Amino acid sequence: MAAALPLVLLVLLLLGPVGRGHAEPPRDSLREELVITPLPSGDVAATFQFRTRWDSELQREEGTDHNFLRYAVLPREVVCTENLTPWKKLLPCSSKAGLSVLLKADRLFHTSYHSQAVHIRPVCRNARCTSVSWELRQTLSVVFDAFVTGQGKKDWSLFRMFSRTLTEPCPLASESRVYVDITGYNQDNETLEVTPPPTTTYQDVILGARKTYAVYDLLDTAVINNSRNLNLQLKWKSPPESEAPPVPFLHAQRYVSGYGLQNGKLNTLLYNTHPHRAFPVLLLDTVPWHLRLYVHTLTITSKGKDNKPSYVHYQPAQDRLQPHLLEMLIQLPANSATKVSIQFERALLKWTEYTPDPNHGFYVSPSVISALVPSTVAAKPVDWEESPLFKSLYPVSDSSSYFVRLYTEPLLVNLPTPDFSMPYNVICLTCTVVAVCYGSFYNLLTRTFHIEEPSTGGLAKRLANLIRRARGVPPL
Amino acid sequence: MGLLSDPVRRRALARLVLRLNAPLCVLSYVAGIAWFLALAFPPLTQRTYMSENAMGSTMVEEQFAGGERARSFARDFAAHRRKTGALPVAWLERTMRSVGLEVYTQSFSRKLPFPDETRERYMVAGTNVYGILRAPRAASTESLVLTVPCGPDSTNSQAVGLLLALAAHFRGQIYWAKDIIFLVTEQDLLGTEAWLEAYHDTNVTGMQSSPLQGRAGAIQAALALELSSDVVTSLDVAVEGLNGQLPNLDLLNLFQTFCQKGGLLCTLQGKLQPQDWTSVDGPLQGLQTLLLMTLQQASGRPHGAHGLFLRYRVEALTIRGINSFRQYKYDLVAVGKALEGMFRKLNHLLERLHQSFFFYVLPALSRFVSIGLYMPAAGFLLLVLGLKALELWMQLHEAGAGPQEAGGASGPGPPLPPAQSVGLASLVAPLLISQAMGLALYVLPVLGQHVATQHFPVAEAEAVVLTLLAIYAAGLALPHSAHRVMSAQAPDRGWMALKLVALIYLALQLACVALTNFSLGFLLAATMVPAAALTHPCGPRPLYAALLVLTSPAATLLGCLFLWRELQEAPLSLAEGWQLFLAALAQGVLDHHTYGALLFPLLALGLYPCWLLFWNVLFWK
Repeated sequence: MAAALPLVLLVLLLLGPVGRGHAEPPRDSLREELVITPLPSGDVAATFQFRTRWDSELQREEGTDHNFLRYAVLPREVVCTENLTPWKKLLPCSSKAGLSVLLKADRLFHTSYHSQAVHIRPVCRNARCTSVSWELRQTLSVVFDAFVTGQGKKDWSLFRMFSRTLTEPCPLASESRVYVDITGYNQDNETLEVTPPPTTTYQDVILGARKTYAVYDLLDTAVINNSRNLNLQLKWKSPPESEAPPVPFLHAQRYVSGYGLQNGKLNTLLYNTHPHRAFPVLLLDTVPWHLRLYVHTLTITSKGKDNKPSYVHYQPAQDRLQPHLLEMLIQLPANSATKVSIQFERALLKWTEYTPDPNHGFYVSPSVISALVPSTVAAKPVDWEESPLFKSLYPVSDSSSYFVRLYTEPLLVNLPTPDFSMPYNVICLTCTVVAVCYGSFYNLLTRTFHIEEPSTGGLAKRLANLIRRARGVPPL
Repeated sequence: MGLLSDPVRRRALARLVLRLNAPLCVLSYVAGIAWFLALAFPPLTQRTYMSENAMGSTMVEEQFAGGERARSFARDFAAHRRKTGALPVAWLERTMRSVGLEVYTQSFSRKLPFPDETRERYMVAGTNVYGILRAPRAASTESLVLTVPCGPDSTNSQAVGLLLALAAHFRGQIYWAKDIIFLVTEQDLLGTEAWLEAYHDTNVTGMQSSPLQGRAGAIQAALALELSSDVVTSLDVAVEGLNGQLPNLDLLNLFQTFCQKGGLLCTLQGKLQPQDWTSVDGPLQGLQTLLLMTLQQASGRPHGAHGLFLRYRVEALTIRGINSFRQYKYDLVAVGKALEGMFRKLNHLLERLHQSFFFYVLPALSRFVSIGLYMPAAGFLLLVLGLKALELWMQLHEAGAGPQEAGGASGPGPPLPPAQSVGLASLVAPLLISQAMGLALYVLPVLGQHVATQHFPVAEAEAVVLTLLAIYAAGLALPHSAHRVMSAQAPDRGWMALKLVALIYLALQLACVALTNFSLGFLLAATMVPAAALTHPCGPRPLYAALLVLTSPAATLLGCLFLWRELQEAPLSLAEGWQLFLAALAQGVLDHHTYGALLFPLLALGLYPCWLLFWNVLFWK
């Protein structure tokens, strides 16, 4: 994430002024929205989305292969305040007005989940796509933890969550809305109460379930002008039972098994909890080269039986150049857990290739699982421009299924690590031992020793030597 | 090396070794023992110090105040446990969920190779419960473990109570960077082993268990807690793990830091650390602790639930609350604060604990002896074997060269090849027979238990132990059977060659053992080396035989049991000692099968056959 941000900034600096300088006024300059979803456990999820669009004079290049996908990941990077500040600066109103006043770092990082993203893409302005607009979409999702931030209480308000309230819309925004998920509560106001009461509601099918949202439009003067600020409040009238949350149809888990520093096994568990529908998933794994995968050990089992993938694409790693790439299309039987496992050997790195903290371990990036999950409720085809922004987080391909992309947890694998604290001693000692002992012992073992009695020789030789000495020549 | 390549000087050196062999051996043995005893004294023991930077300066303020909560959890747990008669799994799940953890259970079962007599169990089944506290905004790549083993004879209710109270406190904090797993295992260490194997998805010991549903990345460190009273007078810490593995010394230093910070009374091997190291009393007390640790480590048994984590390269300790008759008592808050502090420090770790020593012995909690300083003790003892082997080699050499020299050849040539080969061929039979004996000792007791129980009125566990002893004793008849197979050429050279092989075999084994488990290597060397060096077929045979029997591995075990109880100030009577010896034998075999302890196979397949070779030498005809 941190690596992606400067790149995006650069793109903006280059292209931003060009877009603004265009003759036509920029269309649809900013849409912003906040979706608040109270969860049965008492936690609250909040998702911000800001979409900025501007026209560009940049012509679309002909002959570019747009099917060429690049994928890279930094599994170690943790998002922190340093990522939030530049991210906020990309917003047209910065954090001065509109929904972005709620973006206070100390609250956003006092949560149990935090995800921040920047998407930039060209959008065609006409059917032939000869001219494009640029779209910058920024999303931020946080989950407030009832145990930590709520001190065990399950009632929420904007002020409690963000220590701010909404006062005015961003003047540049063409749309500025807050959606509150009130699915299942709104019939008789028995379990959950939202104040102020919503004027309009919005219904849609999200992830295969029908949802109802209360909508607050900040551009609607009635919403804010009554009290000069908007402090949304959620009150649970009868607190929900703290039971296990409903399990999604598709979820996954990943872990390393085995012990010791020579071999190991990468395991990915894919759960299909749908009671009667099987569906295929696409599993994409990139594994760094220093884990040498044994592809012949790739096993996929579901319900105790071998599950043969219908498609496998494997690109082996090259040392220090490229990682392993393993892509598989696997059919998940209904109501099953599928285990994908592959063995690996840990490679020895060159001593300069270790990270500064090698005993921490080396990260293996998450598997990516993409699937079309069967839906119970038929979704209508949507018009992306008209529907709320958050619909774009839940793409629907057809009416009978919805698309899900999951990332498993990254893995931490220990490689055999030399003791960097005393390489000098070790090298010196080893060299000495090898030089002194090995050489001498080898010498002793391969030679045979005979004692030669020093013979003084005959009279003639002695005489000859006497003469030679007198001549100054070495004796015989 | 020039010394050796010159034949004249080589001969002079050989004569020196031959002539001074006995005094050199005695000197070396005495030096080895003296060096070991000196390990408890200041120039060799050093003060411990924290090596890991991330845990260096104490900047942690402990805020745990859930003592009352811990006690009420403990009371509820004990009540539910009494009601169900086993681990109250449902109650634990509910409670862990109510404090905000992600809760999973794991059921396991294991059929022991033979019934465990002390605990009366054969088919062991149980359920482990664990809750994971997910670190906020982290990706679950690393975790820490707090575990409480529960078993039929260790209730540990207060430990479970404290674990739950700590979980509730930890859940409210925002600073966690690593997930924390709170694990309550049933059936003591078997449950821990089952959980660890399932977590790492391996099967080392033939355990049957359900796969784990929740994981939390690579475990960085683990603490095991044992508490059975609301107040404690002191905390005892156990470090010795399976096969004598030890955790990184920094983990122990961390424990000691928080002992000092909280003003807690902390002990090692149940002994307080001496205050005064300048006089003789302090080091003498340290020597007792050192001997206790040596005995514990040599046993190769995990000295607490932490011992099983070490195989998976997870640094771990067991902390035991002791409630004795001292005046000052600490309540659960003090213990909880120490644990909170340790967890917060471990949470700071960037890398796995690796900075400090992995090989050490401890004469006190704050003193250690590193591997470089204790290895000479074992080295001196092994030198005796080397010197003896050298003497025998030279005698063989001379014996081979003797007739040749008498024949008038000039200078010592290499020994005659035919004479040599006769010596070696005669060694095959005793070597094979003694190894076969060792194999029988390893395999037969467990395999033949059913046959034994059918024909004799004994229980399975007794059958195993008695078969073990019977085979062990039967090995003493080896010389008679071995001699029948042997050709009777060159009798003198025969025993010399056999002893030479036996000495080298013993020296190699002991050296390998001493490198991985110093205590075991040293204890075996200290007992086996003198007898091995002295054994001789001529001379006072009954005396040698008595000495050899007294220093055989089984006798060493018996002796160690007496020494251990003596040091713990609970001396054994002879009958008790014998009972304890039988129990230890059964436990040793059981540990090998249930946890993969290597002491039993090492003794049965390595040292016992080697010892039989010496017995063979003694009764050479």
